[in-house]
Amino acid sequence: MQEQSKSHSFIFPKTPTGVDGLDEITDGGFPKGRPTLICGGAGCGKTLLSMQFLIKGITEYNEPGVFMSFEEPSEDLTLNVKSLGFDLQKLKADKKLVVDYVRVERSEIEEAGEYDLDGLFIRLGHAIDSIKAKRVVLDTVESLFSGLDNQAILRAELRRLFHWLKTKGVTAIITGERGEATLTRQGLEEYVSDCVIVLDHRVIEQVSTRRLRIVKYRGSTHGTNEYPFLIDEDGISVLPITSLKLDNEVSSDIVPTGLPGLNDMFQGGGFFRGSNILISGTAGTAKTTLACYFANQQCQNNEKTIYFAFEESPQQLVRNMKSIGVDLQQHIDKGTLRIHSSRPSLNGLELHLLTLRKFIKEFKPTTIIIDPISNLITVGSEHEVRSMLVRLIDMLKANNITALFTSLNKQTDNFRPDLAEESVSSLVDTWITVRDMEGIGERNRGIFIVKSRGMGHSNQVREFIISNNGIELLDVELGPQGILTGAARQSHQFKKTMSDIKLQNEINRKDREIERKRKVLEANIEALKNEFESAEEELSILKATEELQEKLTSKKEK
Amino acid sequence: MDNSSDGTSTTKHKFMLFVSGMSVKSGHAIENLRRICDKYLANNYELEIIDISRDTEQAVIHQIVAIPTLIKTNPDPRRIILGDLSDKEKVLRILNIRE
Repeated sequence: MQEQSKSHSFIFPKTPTGVDGLDEITDGGFPKGRPTLICGGAGCGKTLLSMQFLIKGITEYNEPGVFMSFEEPSEDLTLNVKSLGFDLQKLKADKKLVVDYVRVERSEIEEAGEYDLDGLFIRLGHAIDSIKAKRVVLDTVESLFSGLDNQAILRAELRRLFHWLKTKGVTAIITGERGEATLTRQGLEEYVSDCVIVLDHRVIEQVSTRRLRIVKYRGSTHGTNEYPFLIDEDGISVLPITSLKLDNEVSSDIVPTGLPGLNDMFQGGGFFRGSNILISGTAGTAKTTLACYFANQQCQNNEKTIYFAFEESPQQLVRNMKSIGVDLQQHIDKGTLRIHSSRPSLNGLELHLLTLRKFIKEFKPTTIIIDPISNLITVGSEHEVRSMLVRLIDMLKANNITALFTSLNKQTDNFRPDLAEESVSSLVDTWITVRDMEGIGERNRGIFIVKSRGMGHSNQVREFIISNNGIELLDVELGPQGILTGAARQSHQFKKTMSDIKLQNEINRKDREIERKRKVLEANIEALKNEFESAEEELSILKATEELQEKLTSKKEK
Repeated sequence: MDNSSDGTSTTKHKFMLFVSGMSVKSGHAIENLRRICDKYLANNYELEIIDISRDTEQAVIHQIVAIPTLIKTNPDPRRIILGDLSDKEKVLRILNIRE
C-alpha cells in the first residue's frame, strides 16, 4: 500500500510517441525534454520510428518537430514516408515540420586547425526556434564521424550538443548504427543515457521478425522484454504485451454452436461467450465445416466475425460451404463476416498476432475463427508458438471475444497428442475432437467433447454425416460391443429388423399352435362328452329294464 | 606579386568564410586568412565573411556544419577547409598556392 502511494505521488514527465504499443511498453512515452537513443542495424526501422515520432507529435499532440537528416536528402525522405501515408510537404508548408539535410562529404573537406560544430548548432537552433519545435530527430548523427577527421573535437561537440538539446527543452531522438561490441558504432550511448532503445531485425528459418528492446530508461519503469514490431502501411506498431494477470471478466452467456445436435451435447446448449474452443482432428474430418457452421450461426445472430483462413482463399471457402448449404456470402455482403486469408509463412508468428490485433481494433469482432492454428507452427518453434498463443488468447479474453481454433493432427496410432494440440489444449476452455473411425472398409466421422470448462457435456462419440443439407448428427446406436457407426450401424439396424420380423413370426406361429391345441382339446372334450352321454344312456336303459323286470317279478310273486 | 606562381597570380581567388559571431576561433580564422591572402595573393582576391548566427539561411544553403569554414569558390576546384587555418602550410597546399 505504502509503495503504491509512493509511486503514484510522482509522475515522470513523458512525451507520448504515438507509435502503436510503444507508449504502453515505455509507460507513457519517451522522457520529456531529454534525448533518447535509438540504435540498430541497417534497415531495422530507426528512421521510420523517429519520423513517426515526429509526425504523430504534430498530428496528434500538436508538437512541431525538426528532422535533421545526415543520411538522406529531404526529397528522398519525403518520398520514402509518403508510401506510409505521411505527407511531409503539407506539414512543412503548415510550418509544423522542418527537415534539414546535413551533408558532410569527406572528399571535399579538409581540416586545418581548430573548429567546432557551431554551424550545426545554429542551424538546429534556428530550425527549432522558427516553428517552436518540441521534438527533434537527429538521424544519424554518427555520419559526422565518417565525414570529419578530428574525433576529439567531434566527441566534445556531441557531448555539448546533447547537453544543449536538454537545455532547449526538446524531446530528441538520436539514432545510431549498431556497433560490434557497443550499442552504437561510436559509443553514443555514453552521451545519451536517459533512454536507450535497441531495434533488431532477425531472420529465423527464413522468416524475419523485427524486435525492439528498451535497454535503459532512467527514472521510469519499462518493459524489459524484446517486443516484436511490425512495419506496414500505417507505420510501426509494437506488439501488445503479455498480460501477467488473469483477471479478465467472464460472461456466462451461451453462444450456440450452430449445430443443433452439438448444442445438445453441451448441458448449457453451446459455448460460453468469450471462451476459446479448439476443434482438433485429422485431415478431412470436417473441422473447417464445423468452424463455418459456427461462423454462420454467429453471423445470423449479428455477431461480428472474423475468419482467418490459412489454407483457403475466401472465395474458395464460400464456394465450398455453399455445397453443403451454408451461405457465407450473405454475411460478407452484410458486413458481419470478414474472411482474411493468408499463407502462414507470409510473416512471422508475431506479425500474425499483430495483424490479428489490428483487425480486432478495426473491426471489433465478437467472434474469431482461426483455421487452422496448427499451420502457424510451421513458422515457429514450439516455444514461440506457445508464447504467441498465450498472448493471443490473453488478448481475445481481454476483449471478451469468442474464439474458435481448428487444429490439424497427424494421424498416429499412439494416443500422444501432437504439438498443436499439446500447446493449445491446456489453454483452451472447450476442446472438441473430430476423428475418423475406420473399419470394415469404410470411414466414418465421429465427434466428441474432450473437455468443456464449467459445463457438463456428453461423453459419447457421436457419428455425423455431411450431406448436401449440411452436417447431421446421428442418434447413438448401441450394439453389443459399444457404439456402432456407418455400415455397422446399418447392418445392425438390418439385423434388428430381421430379428424383429422373426420374432413376430414365431409369436404368430405359437399363437396358431395354441389355437390348434385348443381345438384338439375341445374336440376331445366333445368326444368324451359324447361317450359319456352314450354310456349314461346305456346305463339308464339298463336301469329301466332292471326296474321293469323287478316290477314284473313282484307282480308274479303277488 | 612577389613569390606567387604564374597560375595563381593571374586568376582571382574568391573565398567565403563562415564564422559565427565573435567566437575566438572565428577571429583567428579571419586573421589567419587575411595574413595568408595579403602575403601570397596581394590584392588579387575577394573575401566574403558570413556570420551565420545572423544569416542562418546561408549556413543551410552552403551545408555548413563546422565553424569556421572556408570555401574557395574560384579558381576550380572548389575546396572546403574547416578550422581556424592556423596550419599555414596545410592551407597553402590545399588552396594550391605556392610560397
